[in-house]
Amino acid sequence: MSHALDATAGEIEAATVRDNRDNYLTDEWTVWSWLATTDHKRIALLYFASITFFFFLGGAAAALMRFNLLTPTGAIVSPETYNRLFTLHGVVMVWFFLVPAVPVTIGNFVTPLMIGARDLAFPKVNLLSWYLFITGGAITLWALFMGGLDTGWTLYTPLSSAYAKGYVVPVAVGIFISGFSSIATGLNFIVTIHRLRAPGMTWYRMPVFLWSLYSTSVIYVLATPVLAMTLLLLAFETVFRVGVFDPALGGDPILFQHLFWFYSHPAVYIMILPGLGVVSEIIPVFARKRLFGYKFVVWCSVMIAVISFFVWGHHMFVAGTSIYSAIVFSLLSFMVAVPSAIKVFNWIGTLHKGFIHFDAPMIYALGFVGLFTMGGLTGLFLATLAADVPLHDTYFVVAHFHYIMVGGMVSAFFGGLHYWWPKITGRMYPEMWGRVAAAMIFFGFNLTFFPQFILGYLGMPRRYHSYPPEFQVLNVLSSAGSTILAVAYLMPLFYFAWSLLAGARAPANPWGATGLEWQTPSPPPVQNFTSTPVVTEDPYSYPSPEAIQMEQAETGEARPNG
Amino acid sequence: MADIHSTFQYSTPAHRSGSSLDGMWLFLATEVLFFGALFLAWTVSRHYHAAGFAEAARHTEISLGTINTVLLVTSSLAYAAGLAFIEQGDTRRLLQCLSLTGLLGIAFVCLKLLEWHDDFYEHLFPGSGFALHGPDPGGAQIFFSFYFVGTGLHILHMLAGLGLLAWVILRAWRGAFSSRSHLAVEAVGLYWSFVDVVWLVLYPLIYVVGRPG
Repeated sequence: MSHALDATAGEIEAATVRDNRDNYLTDEWTVWSWLATTDHKRIALLYFASITFFFFLGGAAAALMRFNLLTPTGAIVSPETYNRLFTLHGVVMVWFFLVPAVPVTIGNFVTPLMIGARDLAFPKVNLLSWYLFITGGAITLWALFMGGLDTGWTLYTPLSSAYAKGYVVPVAVGIFISGFSSIATGLNFIVTIHRLRAPGMTWYRMPVFLWSLYSTSVIYVLATPVLAMTLLLLAFETVFRVGVFDPALGGDPILFQHLFWFYSHPAVYIMILPGLGVVSEIIPVFARKRLFGYKFVVWCSVMIAVISFFVWGHHMFVAGTSIYSAIVFSLLSFMVAVPSAIKVFNWIGTLHKGFIHFDAPMIYALGFVGLFTMGGLTGLFLATLAADVPLHDTYFVVAHFHYIMVGGMVSAFFGGLHYWWPKITGRMYPEMWGRVAAAMIFFGFNLTFFPQFILGYLGMPRRYHSYPPEFQVLNVLSSAGSTILAVAYLMPLFYFAWSLLAGARAPANPWGATGLEWQTPSPPPVQNFTSTPVVTEDPYSYPSPEAIQMEQAETGEARPNG
Repeated sequence: MADIHSTFQYSTPAHRSGSSLDGMWLFLATEVLFFGALFLAWTVSRHYHAAGFAEAARHTEISLGTINTVLLVTSSLAYAAGLAFIEQGDTRRLLQCLSLTGLLGIAFVCLKLLEWHDDFYEHLFPGSGFALHGPDPGGAQIFFSFYFVGTGLHILHMLAGLGLLAWVILRAWRGAFSSRSHLAVEAVGLYWSFVDVVWLVLYPLIYVVGRPG
């Protein structure tokens, strides 16, 4: 890994601009060469397209919900339609956007590049995972549009198995199939990271993003099968009217909740861990500084993954579980805050005395730090037994997890997308538009979701189609924020598309970053590297602030902006 | 492009086979959690419905179950012997062992289908026509829900295993394996033994626990 802006970077750039006609994008042109590709970079792009579709679909449902909540009696849709809208929003956003989002797109693209490999360990399995994903997605979408489902994404029994008006079984089948896509992806990443690291790429020389992906993959592999079995039993109960979970037939509905959250709480960390990794990549680059406390950051990812398996009970504090188990789960839930907070302190430590550049990825990353902190701290209220009783199932919970999932994860996804866009496409996006969109997302997000904390504190329950008139001001504020958010999310769609046609050609390393992925041309050749790289340095080996100051004093000029 | 791509990230054949075996072990880890969730739900339900589960267990055919256990364990033994033979380069013995494994596996599936046939005949499939009306008929129905889900999934895994076995036999017959190169034999063997182990947990859950009472 060479230093950020030394002479070799310039040579690579010159070479790139000369012969970047020969890369993974131009290798073959047929549709079949995309649909049957085993190249991790092309599969990442297939995933990008699918994920983007699901993101805007789920977003459209959310927009309709916010529109409906403008008036206390519900502005546009009937209560039944409203139930179907929030179910569609939840199912699509959780399983078809957030869970796969960063690992299958950015992770798929950069993992082999970051460790100096030519591809993932099992390229065909990687392609299979995409087909499983779109098959599951198609079945679920078909069901959601044919008649929809009104149970919420949690599919609680016996509501789902006995009373739901809708397509429970097809939705369960779709989620079941897409779960195997998650498993295939996780398995692939774990073996790749163990087996395919380039010479000299020791575990502690890996970028933090890969540690995050590794932790995420462990959860994919160990938690997803439990959801698969739960959905299978749910489908069996629904079809044959046998009571595994239905109390009227002798079953135990709390058992369903235990099994469901044994997957779905770790799944929260599936959704956020890759985001933590992306931000840990972006901040050192744009602060021109080594990541503060590298080993703490990587082991905190592992810690979060481990603890995530032992906190699911906090979703059931008011469901009638034993008070002793609730106390233990409360305590364990507080423990997740420790590694999460350590990461926040590490990012701040990295920024301290750094040479901060406010490029678009950095604005997303800084926004992430603030929103993630906010989401995390409000999580402590909900982990507290006494506070959770009144706050449970209110808008406080909605606001809390949207701060983590949307404010945190989606910001990280967009930040990562801007950061690696030049590498992926070989084009630069328009920087000013990127910054404007990043700032708008931050403000639009806060306007949408901060009022919901207050609404929840005042007692407005989630998932209701109507509300008492005194809540209207806060609801209108929230809906107003969501329009800003919608515009801000649509903007990258247009300027990214524009950049593909008219953006400036990207050099190999536009940000002056360390990391193997920046040492190969943009876009990379089919084999990623012309010769296997050899790693001799720690990650983020930026010169220390003192060294930069000395250099500036000697040459009398500021360092060029990355 | 696809063909070059599927292997060019590995430096040596050993590198490739080691990675593939890692992948198989991880896949089996997901299977452990998959069946683990079933066994957990099964055990919790037994706790709530001890009487119904005990009555239901007495209506299972322990003789067929026991014969099937012997068949399956023997099939894994035959597979392991086949692996030992190919490690010495003996393809002929490998073929004999794997064929025995396959025959035992098919016998298992046939006996299992026979058992299902009897269960349906006695109206033990959960639903409106359920035959047991003891002290806890709901519990007995839940038992048979788990019974059919568990054995059904196991049969599916057996069928997948038999398909993989046929593929390995075909390749062995064409002489694809040697003492140094037999990744497929080893990987499929791991899977076959795992399906065997699942049965070793299902057997006591179905036929043994609660039966004497």
